[in-house]
Amino acid sequence: MTAHDPSPTPVRLSTDKPISIAILAMGGQGGGVLADWIVAMAESEGFVAQATSVPGVAQRTGATIYYLELLRAREGAEPVLSLMPTPGDVDLVLAAEFMEAGRSVLRGLVTPDRTTLIASSHRSFAVVEKATPGDGVGDPLVVDAAADVAARRTIAFDMQAIAEENGSVISAALFGALAASGALPFPREAFERTIRAGGKGIEASLSTFAAAFDRVGEAPRAPVVRTPPKRSEPLPGPTGHANLDALVGRIRSEVPEALHALVYAAVKKLVDFQDPAYAGEYLDRLGRIVAADRAPGGEARGLAFSEAAAKYLANAMAYDDVIRVADLKVRASRFARVRAEAGVRDGQVLQTTEYMHPRMEEVCGTLPERLGLAIESRPRLFRALDRVVNRGRRVRTDTVVWFLGLHMVSALKPRRRGTLRHARERHHMEAWLARAEDLLTQNYPLAVEVLKARRLVKGYSDTHARGHSKFDRVMAAVPLLAGREDGAAWMDRLIRAALMDEEGEALDGAIRTVEAL
Amino acid sequence: MAERSFAREVEDLKLGDGEIFRGEGILAITKALLQSGVSYVGGYQGSPISHLMDVLADAKPVLDDLGVHFESSASEAAAAAMLSASVMYPVRGAVTWKSTVGTNVASDALANLASGGVTGGALIVVGEDYGEGSSIMQERSHAFAMKSQMWLLDPRPNLPSIVKAVEDGFELSEATNTPVMLEVRIRTCHVHGQFVAKDNRRPSFALREALENPRRDTNRIVLPPASFLHEKEKLEKRWPAAVEFVKSRRLNEFFGPADGEVGIILQGGMYNAVMRALQQFGLADVWGVSAVPLYVLNVTYPLVDDEMAAFCAGKKAVLMVEEGAPEYIEQALNTILRRRDIQTRIAGKDVLPMGGEYTAPVMMKGIGAFLEAHAPALLGNRPPLPDPAPVLSDPKVKALAEVVPPRPAGFCTGCPERPIFAAMKLVEKELGPHHVAADIGCHLFSILPPFNIGATTMGYGLGPASASAFNVPAGKRAISVMGDGGFWHNGLSTSVGNAVFNKQDGVILVVDNYYSAATGGQDIMSSRALNPRRKTNNTIVDAVKGIGVKWVRQIDHTYDVKRMRDTLREALTTKEGGPKVIVASSECMLNKQRRVKPLFQKAVKEGKRMVRQRFGVDEDVCTGDHACIRLSGCPSLSVKHLDDPLRDDPVAAIDNSCVGCGNCGEVSEAAVLCPSFWRADIIHNPTRVDRVLARVRGAVIGWLQRRRDARRIAFPA
Repeated sequence: MTAHDPSPTPVRLSTDKPISIAILAMGGQGGGVLADWIVAMAESEGFVAQATSVPGVAQRTGATIYYLELLRAREGAEPVLSLMPTPGDVDLVLAAEFMEAGRSVLRGLVTPDRTTLIASSHRSFAVVEKATPGDGVGDPLVVDAAADVAARRTIAFDMQAIAEENGSVISAALFGALAASGALPFPREAFERTIRAGGKGIEASLSTFAAAFDRVGEAPRAPVVRTPPKRSEPLPGPTGHANLDALVGRIRSEVPEALHALVYAAVKKLVDFQDPAYAGEYLDRLGRIVAADRAPGGEARGLAFSEAAAKYLANAMAYDDVIRVADLKVRASRFARVRAEAGVRDGQVLQTTEYMHPRMEEVCGTLPERLGLAIESRPRLFRALDRVVNRGRRVRTDTVVWFLGLHMVSALKPRRRGTLRHARERHHMEAWLARAEDLLTQNYPLAVEVLKARRLVKGYSDTHARGHSKFDRVMAAVPLLAGREDGAAWMDRLIRAALMDEEGEALDGAIRTVEAL
Repeated sequence: MAERSFAREVEDLKLGDGEIFRGEGILAITKALLQSGVSYVGGYQGSPISHLMDVLADAKPVLDDLGVHFESSASEAAAAAMLSASVMYPVRGAVTWKSTVGTNVASDALANLASGGVTGGALIVVGEDYGEGSSIMQERSHAFAMKSQMWLLDPRPNLPSIVKAVEDGFELSEATNTPVMLEVRIRTCHVHGQFVAKDNRRPSFALREALENPRRDTNRIVLPPASFLHEKEKLEKRWPAAVEFVKSRRLNEFFGPADGEVGIILQGGMYNAVMRALQQFGLADVWGVSAVPLYVLNVTYPLVDDEMAAFCAGKKAVLMVEEGAPEYIEQALNTILRRRDIQTRIAGKDVLPMGGEYTAPVMMKGIGAFLEAHAPALLGNRPPLPDPAPVLSDPKVKALAEVVPPRPAGFCTGCPERPIFAAMKLVEKELGPHHVAADIGCHLFSILPPFNIGATTMGYGLGPASASAFNVPAGKRAISVMGDGGFWHNGLSTSVGNAVFNKQDGVILVVDNYYSAATGGQDIMSSRALNPRRKTNNTIVDAVKGIGVKWVRQIDHTYDVKRMRDTLREALTTKEGGPKVIVASSECMLNKQRRVKPLFQKAVKEGKRMVRQRFGVDEDVCTGDHACIRLSGCPSLSVKHLDDPLRDDPVAAIDNSCVGCGNCGEVSEAAVLCPSFWRADIIHNPTRVDRVLARVRGAVIGWLQRRRDARRIAFPA
């Protein structure tokens, strides 16, 4: 083999070609286990198998690729197999997460002439996606569309869910989908024998394998959605409570039908936040807004202003205060949800700790308006009290004393309308609404965007303050945009920029652009 | 290696004559060492050679049986120095590390070793961390071989070839009194393949014999005049001997027809990639038959000038396939031909890129350009080459570039280093940004989102030393970060000692996670585990106090973000001069889970009262600003979209992989984030007291809840 070939005759080349397989996974997902299974199976079926990877460091997060080649063994000959994929020359790509499937396409590993793409359609978000203050999640529809272009055949469904349902890991589900795809020249039994020979968690692996295998036969391609659809509840029939029924009646008679579901969700939220009367105030305001919307020809624009108002007015009215947090934390329904999420089984005891950090600002906000203001206007007193109040508190809501504490805070609800926080929120909300309504005749689309800017106000303490400051900065640009036809588009850009980073650097840049217009 | 067992791999080391070894490349090398009668093995763990160290650390019975001494060296320098055992005595020794970083550290010892020369075979297995998957600067180990005159093996990337290279390497070393480097790339280290094993061999000369019958020869010591003698010996004796050995033993290989218009000379490690490219052009097949003459350099240093010249002579052009820069072999090849006045055209870095891994497309393009220029007839009717370009230029595929997020490695779920950097972030918010000198280790992930902390990294254990210029009066102090691995590797003397001696007014943060975590969780000096074969539990605090640090704070629970933050603030603002050392200690979560999980499950099964913790988020309370994620980046803390028509942004959500480390709660408390987080303590096998207490509490709370619910006016859910 190592000597010079003595004959000058043309060499005769075999046309044998290995099956090439790329596995894309994130560290810790079991891509290595899957590669090992394929290797072991191929070897036991009379193939030569070579697998390699560039796993890098020991941590369990980064994207990793495993590459395998399988070739039917030939007596007395050793194949020369590649240690890396050739883009455009890969038969099979297995992706343990949907964006990793996208990555495989982007790397040129998936081509329409030959590649079967088997991917789990679930998402595991990368840090950059989830750290964005707004919604930084990548659009899976793009991956779906790219797979259609790139792959000869695509099998994609939520294999993580199948694995979890069967108490195993995603590699077993991928292995099942691989078996069902028929992309490898091995029978199902060979796959199952390999799992059995592996030795660990065999039964769970086998049932996951079988579930994924069957799924390929039933529905090999799950529909992909960017975000789950929003809930749309029809207006309820009689609720057994006159005040609630009255609210429903008002929605039915006063609100355009297209907005019924949204407004019902808003009313429901506000009844929960405060009481039916408060929801009635919301409907009063909304009624005015709808009338104002219709005047400059809002119908022609699909009452976009009313729709935005229906949503953001409700959010503005149901602000996040101490009373609301306490109310949410002590509910029976919430206790049940925590129990379920924590996976508490019968015979086990659950203890729940909340991490709270009240500051004097929150305490003042909960006091009657004048008292709160009086304390706030005395900085030394405020600081002294803050020293007592301001510290992290681990609240054990499963104990009677702590529960009673929160229960009592939540019982302040009837007095909420008199609190300092309520006065401030109301003032802020009214100024914002007035601003938007003023713009209605001059620049309808911009008026809609001004309502949407409310989205920026969220969070607690510093985050809340930062949100407010972003909101103020965005609103300060409104006069610059009011006279522009593309004002709404710019406003939308400002809002999106504000949601891109924490400190609002992108926003500042966008505002500078607006100022230079 | 405390928390992971390599028992199965150890079994592979016991295979005897004729049995088939199936496994990874790096384990094949491990087995080959034992088959070669090695007496001692040392090294420093690091990708891609960690497994060699890990498996031998677990293979004590096998090693004892053979009389082989194995050591986890304190650094690559220590490992290289270990090879001095082979200077005077006919014992074979092997050491290993990640290269070029490890070779940098080892260079002092290697230069001395290579100068004086060796009697017993000395083999240095370098894991060439180059190209995709690499975590270090992109350099070649080749330069080290040349500068100190050590021979460099670069075998074809299959198990039989690398096993043979180990055996040949020892013989070459002994025949030429020269240490030999065996270079294996990342993919080769991790390649799964098989080879026919041989029996392990006991060393013919025991280390004990050497100790009991010491020898010395001043001619082997690097001191004048011997050092001048060494240089002469290297060039006049050892070099020709090496060339003769490589030639007579046919360590380099020829494939394909004897004659041809063109040929390819390649590093052994490039063989499979070259063959695949030739296959695409219809000039080779998968069974190793090539229509183009190939000269494969399994030994890339020294070159065998006669073989090179003979291969080139009579050919119109030859392609030199040499990965990485500079192109040492190509330059040498040109000199060889020039001196002999051979007019063959040499192609190389003109058609192949100067730097970067020679991936399949790169190789295909380079070889294609070479053939096009010098032997277009060979390309025949030009079968279509695999080409993803049409797919990649489709707008629907191009759109992926916008949505597929980068996914670099980062801190694991529950990592104890996360709260340290969260605390640094909080201090940054108070005192402004500081110059942060980073080091090597998991903690370097702080430079990535969401933390974005760290300005430079200068080497293992060199973080504080790299901040030493900033020892000037200023309104802020420099912070340097160093892991426990770096601390013991080099940091104690080079960084902390330096800081004490020069009264460096800065903050040194030592991240102590009980293991050399980034390299796979090996034990080190300060590991808390009891390791019967090593002396662990040497504390970092004792060490730094021992060399004169006065201001030392030990934090034994890094998850205490508040304390972490306050200690950092104190270190940055105290009037005290000199280095301020904070040792932040908590166990690496990956290894802790490996250790604790089975114990937990066993205890639960035995009916013991055990508490499992995990965190969750109240989605009604969370407003979706993701401030918590920007102080965490934990894989288990993610986001989810709600079906609530009133909400725009996804809220935080914690999945089942949460290990209840506590970071989420601590951070939301310390940073005054929001009250959304809850911690569930799930008591398995509760005691009677637990049960009674829970029942009483449940009764009171349930009554209050029912009363509230009955009064609540609400729409049906």
